Amino acid sequence: MSTDSSTSKETKNPAADGSELIEFKDVTKRFGSNVVLDNLCFNVASGKHVTLIGPSGSGKTTILRLLMTLLKPEEGTIKVAGDYLTHEERGGKLVPAGERHSREVRKKIGMVFQQFNLFPNMRVLRNITEAPVHVLGLSKDEAEQRARELLELVGLTEHIDKYPTQLSGGQQQRVAIARALAMRPQVLLLDEVTSALDPELVAGVLDVLRDIAHTTDITMLCVTHEMNFARDISDDVLMFDAGRVIESGSPEKIFSDPEHERTREFLSAVL
Amino acid sequence: MNWDWSAVGDFMPRLWDGVLLTLQALVLGSLIAFTLGLVWAMAQRSSLKIVSWPVTALTEFIRNTPLLVQLFFLYFVLPEWNVTFSALVTGVIGLGLHYSTYTAEVYRAGIDGVPVGQWEACTALSLPRSRTWSAVILPQAIRRVVPALGNYVIAMLKDSPMIATIGALEMLGQARQFSAETFQPTEPITVIGVVFILIAYPASLLMRALERRLVH
Repeated sequence: MSTDSSTSKETKNPAADGSELIEFKDVTKRFGSNVVLDNLCFNVASGKHVTLIGPSGSGKTTILRLLMTLLKPEEGTIKVAGDYLTHEERGGKLVPAGERHSREVRKKIGMVFQQFNLFPNMRVLRNITEAPVHVLGLSKDEAEQRARELLELVGLTEHIDKYPTQLSGGQQQRVAIARALAMRPQVLLLDEVTSALDPELVAGVLDVLRDIAHTTDITMLCVTHEMNFARDISDDVLMFDAGRVIESGSPEKIFSDPEHERTREFLSAVL
Repeated sequence: MNWDWSAVGDFMPRLWDGVLLTLQALVLGSLIAFTLGLVWAMAQRSSLKIVSWPVTALTEFIRNTPLLVQLFFLYFVLPEWNVTFSALVTGVIGLGLHYSTYTAEVYRAGIDGVPVGQWEACTALSLPRSRTWSAVILPQAIRRVVPALGNYVIAMLKDSPMIATIGALEMLGQARQFSAETFQPTEPITVIGVVFILIAYPASLLMRALERRLVH
């Protein structure tokens, strides 16, 4: 962790052993007059699993969407693996990133959405191979090989030739996880991935994610309301309120001995 | 009024020529309308104002002026600038161009109907813009609007007699010529009316069937 500037408000990540993979520096995001992120600074070290918690509207999902370049910050910079995401350096100056630059940086990031967002016009296999073939330049055979391995990981081998609408929500979400992993991202963003699921389907998806968290060195940034899951997989938990990190620490500490009153209130409401 | 079956028989060879020309104009006109409409719809969504603005202005202009005026312009005014096409080619271009402004609206509705999450998934996978359109957005958008596009083919069929006014002898043109020569308008005009419905009604049944299959 690092506190990069004097204006940084809250950064209390425990020291990370790896290098910093994600660096938010003084990031401000507004929607109209509504300040969603307020001069936010925080870093995530490579290989760490970080869960963002907090009341709705506190800016957690906005952070993921900024990282995926689905949103642009009004102020501040974001770095991924040492490269600026929303800016690029040109002639020693920092200018807003062009489409090509942000696409390159973005390749290091994968995202799983609340609503799955699988491509309904493609079968499961092609949902997974489409980007590896057309973005990474893999051959069709290589991409299909990779897709089969991932489908085995998420337990859906027998559904390889189905269309997304033929699958349950939980199965669709597991395909979406496989699709994101097929790009071999360094960071996986999980945006409330079980919120749209029927309760009985949640466990299957969380099991897959636990498996990935424990067996790979992928960095995870996770927005969730599943506190048990957060406790299981997280190295760090960041508690958000009104666009700031108000408290951070190990899941043990945050969940059993939170310092901040707002954290206690929030946890008692969701647990 | 007397119905003369022998006049029907005499009209048959010309009717056949007329049907062929009508179908030719319809098929080629539809191809132009489908392709050009898609180009308009995508250009209108462009973030470059220099692309989207002129295309919007052009399509609004074409959609809001009569097809007949456009046909006359293409056939009688363009030759002033030494641009000359045959009556059929002019008719095809006129029908295709005019209807492309309708199909553009149809495509636009289809594209707008694709959930924003699909675009976001493409961004998350770093798919290039071209691939996003061709593999994800358009297949979903077009599937939804096939029935609406089909309805414009039927509308175009019913507008196709307009090209008779610039001398393309489709069905109506043949019927008028026949009746001018034989003073028997009843039979040829009635016959082409029947032929129009013989083409249009099965076509609209087909569209309804497609709608049931494709739009859910």
